Amino acid sequence: MTATISPLGRFARIKNRSLGALSRTSVGRAFSSWIGKIAGGFIILLVLTAIFAPWIAPFDYAAQDLMNGNQPPGWPHLLGTDEFGRDVLSRVIYGARTSLSVSATAIAISITAGMTLGAAAGYFGGLFERVVMTIVDLTWSFPDILIALIFVAIIGPGLTSTTFAIAIAYLAQFTRLTRAQIVRLKRETFIEATINLGAKPHHILFRHLLPNAIAPVIVVGMLAIGDGIVLEATLGFFGLGAQPPTPSWGAMMSSGTAQLFLSPWVIIFPGVVVAVTVIAVNLFGDELISALDIRERLRGS
Amino acid sequence: MLLRYTFQRLLMLIPVSISISIVIFMIVHLLPGDPIDNLLRIGSSPEDREALVARYGLDRSLFVQYFTWIGNLFQGDFGQAIVLRRPVIDLIGQNLPYSLVLGGLAFAFSSIVGMSLGIISSVVRNPIIDRLVRGFILLGSTVPGFWLALLLILFFAVNLRWFPVSGAGGWDSLVLPVLTIGFGGVALVARVTRVALMDARREDFVMLLHAKGLSHNTILFRHLMPHALLPVVTILALRIGWILGGAVTVEFVFGRPGLGSLLIRALGQRDYPVVQGCLLMLALAVMLGTLIGDIAQAAMDPRVREAKT
Amino acid sequence: MSMLSVRDLGVAFGSIHPLSGVSFSVDRGQTIGIVGESGSGKSLTAMSVMGLLPLIGGRITDGNIEFDGQDLTNLPETAYRKLRGGRIGLITQNPMTSLDPLKKIGPQVDAVAILHLEMTPKEARARTEDILETLRIPEPALICDRYPHQMSGGMKQRIVIAMALAADPDVLIADEPTTALDVTVQAQIIRLLDDLVKERDLALVLITHDMSVVAQTCDKVVVMYAGRALEFGTVETIFDAPQHPYTQALIGCIPRGGDGTAKLDGIPGTVPTVMNYPKGCPFHPRCTRAQEICTTTQPEFTSYGDSAAACHFAGVAP
Repeated sequence: MTATISPLGRFARIKNRSLGALSRTSVGRAFSSWIGKIAGGFIILLVLTAIFAPWIAPFDYAAQDLMNGNQPPGWPHLLGTDEFGRDVLSRVIYGARTSLSVSATAIAISITAGMTLGAAAGYFGGLFERVVMTIVDLTWSFPDILIALIFVAIIGPGLTSTTFAIAIAYLAQFTRLTRAQIVRLKRETFIEATINLGAKPHHILFRHLLPNAIAPVIVVGMLAIGDGIVLEATLGFFGLGAQPPTPSWGAMMSSGTAQLFLSPWVIIFPGVVVAVTVIAVNLFGDELISALDIRERLRGS
Repeated sequence: MLLRYTFQRLLMLIPVSISISIVIFMIVHLLPGDPIDNLLRIGSSPEDREALVARYGLDRSLFVQYFTWIGNLFQGDFGQAIVLRRPVIDLIGQNLPYSLVLGGLAFAFSSIVGMSLGIISSVVRNPIIDRLVRGFILLGSTVPGFWLALLLILFFAVNLRWFPVSGAGGWDSLVLPVLTIGFGGVALVARVTRVALMDARREDFVMLLHAKGLSHNTILFRHLMPHALLPVVTILALRIGWILGGAVTVEFVFGRPGLGSLLIRALGQRDYPVVQGCLLMLALAVMLGTLIGDIAQAAMDPRVREAKT
Repeated sequence: MSMLSVRDLGVAFGSIHPLSGVSFSVDRGQTIGIVGESGSGKSLTAMSVMGLLPLIGGRITDGNIEFDGQDLTNLPETAYRKLRGGRIGLITQNPMTSLDPLKKIGPQVDAVAILHLEMTPKEARARTEDILETLRIPEPALICDRYPHQMSGGMKQRIVIAMALAADPDVLIADEPTTALDVTVQAQIIRLLDDLVKERDLALVLITHDMSVVAQTCDKVVVMYAGRALEFGTVETIFDAPQHPYTQALIGCIPRGGDGTAKLDGIPGTVPTVMNYPKGCPFHPRCTRAQEICTTTQPEFTSYGDSAAACHFAGVAP
């Protein structure tokens, strides 16, 4: 999960309670229930698998063995092989790299841009806020897959455009959330006191407002990584994401459709991994929300 | 009161529809390359090109082009499909009924089943049922639609042969697509209903309702349900657009005609007039959904009705 | 025989016992004040009498509640429902949130008469308008057609009172009926309740944290602290000669204007929460007269004429 937080490096420099609290006690508390342990454990395991894929995967993900195509699960191909005889397990393991990094990067971009837009809109208000929020509400009411599809259609298929498409699809969410937090905080006494004491706008924004708004945004970001994985898989499934031979969960299923009747395992296993990952992310995110006690704050926006 | 509110909402749709139309209009111009080329078939003659330029005023300023485009839209001219060489409006007219039938059924399915599940899980105070429903909600809101569609095809169409694998023949071809879209929808509606009912139960006035001597059922159906319905109706109305747009994947997997598969095909063939036409229709559906949701909300809640907008 | 009498009431939520040993009784035409700081168990007492504890996950563990000679502690829910709103009316703390915001005022009040007096909607409406009129609400017919959010807090509290009165109850329980209202409106509502007791021969249980309200309106009073009754008796006796140090402190808190020496004696310390009720006398950590025995042994009630106090040093000069 470190990937989510690192692009926020420039915020991390700020000494703040919320992020500090988020990184230590709260995450610890999220792990305290058995659901949190299992879900969190699975996520950690998955991230480790993605990082150490070359050492874990039993076969080369791209190695074709046409003689052994469409083999059902068994030995030595635990999850079977696809039409080109490539090992499904190895491709799922390498696919974790693609899927996780694309989704995490996309959400990181989305958070950064969304926080900037939302904070600016909430802080400065006026016409700027209205323009930003009109656009945000517009994209908000469209299905994420449509927004991503349109974006990919304009700049063409591939992993980079998938990344940006996902980032744009969820931008509205973070902009709204950040703005709501900032607007709420601005009314609080300690901020008013700071303003009355003559603090500069950027000081207030970066020292006080953003640090306090960051915890909910990061939790929502974590949940959005789950949605991003599904979106990446869907785009990949349409053939608009990772291009062959790069393995990604969605792309694997895309090429598997043609063989649906012959070798269903090519579709079933990547799908199971996607589903389980997203469920784990959601369960852990929910524990985190409880641990941070921010359910009410999330509901308000 | 309600009439005035509806009128206000309609007025507010004007800037929204203008911004949407600008975005959709700009798609062709944001694409890499000459926008005229984007609207033309590869290998078109210079005459075709001139005809197109003349028709849409493509040599004029963007401003003029936009208004020409809008003017044409109002006359039912959505442009000419590049690949299929037919008026876009015909293509939409051909595909829209399929989307409406599928969307309508999926909408009805997810609202009815979703609300029932939500009510059951929050009213029947049985931890096992509650946990089952919560598990289902989690599954329904996380499992990718296209994968679920593939699994359903694999199981019900290929193995059991109960339903056709793909196409849009008889009513039986609708079952699996409706189930696929409905699955996510049911989970969403169930979740919102459940949370809304539990929130309503916590309201102060519920205590006084009990103190009046009303029975649990009266309180649930006369007082709690209307409160719980407020957010549910909003979500359902928003869902109208989502179901039509979200049907993209499902129509694609099941090989059904419809707005979604038309859009996907057009995107793949870079048939931009068709893309614009489909997006316009979907945007219209989203706006209609939001409008219906707002009006329904106002009809149910006197506080919304009188709020100054 | 008393209209409503509560004897040695104890309440539990799971293994937590937020209320124990509460007793009081009230007759027709009488007002009893239950007084104490917030968190002393006043509202729980009201909920117990209304039979609404299961709604918030609580249950009665000790004692009994007798209404008009009938024991309520084991009354089945269907029978209890007839009493609620029918013979025992409840007025809650916050009028702003105690009405259903989606329904018009009229039907909300009508429902009580339709349910308990088996009236037709038309008869019920006529009755509602009558009651609103006796509560000095102008243009009742117009008010019936309004929604709660269109009215002021004081007006809403009158509607809540109307709802409680709609079925002509014998007992009215008012749980901090004026806390959420403006000071001027508070006085009006209290006077209104006082008049109702006399006009309708009601038994009123007035829950409040305001000793001056008790002095003005009540005949009897129970002083509660940390889920226990500390002192009870007639208002005259308790105000003339309070025995319990806590009661003395509460009376000391009433601002007395005019004599120039008015001084507010705040009680140092805070009310304990359910999770950390002290052993022995619950008030001992804040009591100026606490001795060794107060920290270990729960004091029994000792009678002093018309009142009784649970204090080891009651009657002993400080």
